[in-house]
Amino acid sequence: MDTAASYNDKVVRQFSIMVVVWGIVGMLVGVIIAAQLIWPQLNFDLPLLTYGRLRPLHTNAVIFAFGGSALFATAYYVVQRTCHVRLAFGKLAAFTFWGWQLVIVLAAITLPLGITQSKEYAELEWPIDLLITVVWVAYAIVFFGTIAKRRVKHIYVANWFYGAFIITVAVLHIFNNLAVPVSLLKSYSIYTGIVDGMMQWWYGHNAVGFFLTAGFLGMMYYFVPKQAGRPIYSYRLSVVHFWSLIAIYMWAGPHHLHYTSLPDWAQTLGMVFSIVLLAPSWGGMINGIMTLSGAWHKLRSDPILKFMIVALSFYGMSTFEGPMMSIKTVNALSHYTNWTIGHVHSGALGWVAMMTVGSIYSLLPRLYNREAMYSTRLIDVHFWTSTIGVVLYAVSMWIAGITEGLMWRAVNDDGTLTYSFVESLKAVEPYHYMRLLGGLVFFSGMIIMAYNVWKTVSDKKPVPVAVLEPA
Amino acid sequence: MDINDLRGFLTAVIFFAFIGIWIWAWSSRRKKDFEASAALPLEEDKASTHYERENI
Repeated sequence: MDTAASYNDKVVRQFSIMVVVWGIVGMLVGVIIAAQLIWPQLNFDLPLLTYGRLRPLHTNAVIFAFGGSALFATAYYVVQRTCHVRLAFGKLAAFTFWGWQLVIVLAAITLPLGITQSKEYAELEWPIDLLITVVWVAYAIVFFGTIAKRRVKHIYVANWFYGAFIITVAVLHIFNNLAVPVSLLKSYSIYTGIVDGMMQWWYGHNAVGFFLTAGFLGMMYYFVPKQAGRPIYSYRLSVVHFWSLIAIYMWAGPHHLHYTSLPDWAQTLGMVFSIVLLAPSWGGMINGIMTLSGAWHKLRSDPILKFMIVALSFYGMSTFEGPMMSIKTVNALSHYTNWTIGHVHSGALGWVAMMTVGSIYSLLPRLYNREAMYSTRLIDVHFWTSTIGVVLYAVSMWIAGITEGLMWRAVNDDGTLTYSFVESLKAVEPYHYMRLLGGLVFFSGMIIMAYNVWKTVSDKKPVPVAVLEPA
Repeated sequence: MDINDLRGFLTAVIFFAFIGIWIWAWSSRRKKDFEASAALPLEEDKASTHYERENI
């Protein structure tokens, strides 16, 4: 078979396997820093292993290495299948794989060494930022090049979400990282004061909105119908969902800066847009979940579908929680507490990781010419470890966060603080244990996944898959 | 013209564009296209077995 007549699945396979590898690495670092919050001596007095250096390593690894690899893999797969055409620019696609892995390795080296520009989720220094830009532009060329040569008329909705994610992340990354380099490993942001804060959270919240939401909604719009064997519940709803989501997300960033020196009107604007965001978020969630209407019985026998439906449920829950926390009076209680950590993880573990895991389980057998994964039973075990793990995590952080919020704001009759900080730390210690347990349980599921994936792919030689003729 | 007139105008434009997207998406003329699109993820790769047969 000549290569133009088959799909380019090699790069999809490479990224898919790295999803599992980086998932394990990133979550392991998460478990270690959760343990450090209970036993600080676990940093062994090495600067390299201190919480402040490992925490950005954890966030970068799970968002950009684990989540990023999943987005590359599925975007490349979905765009080929729904456009009935081989991926454009094969060599460039291979470059995006190796380039992205190089970015991850450089991050894993520089962050523990303390080389950082101190911007949350944008810690990497300028030479790595330049490499990210080059890889990302290559990604865009490959993706949109494939769309351009498609052999079906319509562009499937999943590709709209992937496309918006690719374009927006490029814009966010470039503008937030504009800096003046003073040496190879040190630069200063061109923004100062509250403008820097506003740029950072315009970037930060849209990293959530486009990297962790729009991209994964693309995944949802392909793999949920695929796994359920039914078309998406409402295609017209998906069109409105797309345009409203991308239009509204852009304005929600200021809710990260409530009660700071950011002008009050900007804070209120961020709050209002965050609340409006509930509508498209739930529109998308309902569209995904209702795809199963008439096929609910499949949940009994298909743990992959269970992963996806629970992921959508967590998506619905955290996109309700987020708007609520963006309300200034709620934020006054929740901000700077563990509640935020709980919110992030119900989104990151519940939505992003569970949708990724479900999609990878659905994808891998197709990539390796198999009927199914090696063990469906183990997928079910993984499903339960994930669900129990994320529930333990979120519940413990809710309790801890509200406890902290209430203790920090309590004042005596004479106006002095009722509690010292250490007292609040002592009060939440049991929940730190519970969170560590939740993280460990979730992490154990990833080990089970690695075994299942290994047994699925190790003795299988993939064969080229012919490009489907347009209907 | 005050810049705030422009801002108000832009808000109105975006509001009507949003209504326009609803009308466009719910129009019965879109139905056939949307059904064809929604079927795209359900297609299965058939060719891999075909390829194997060719090479045995």
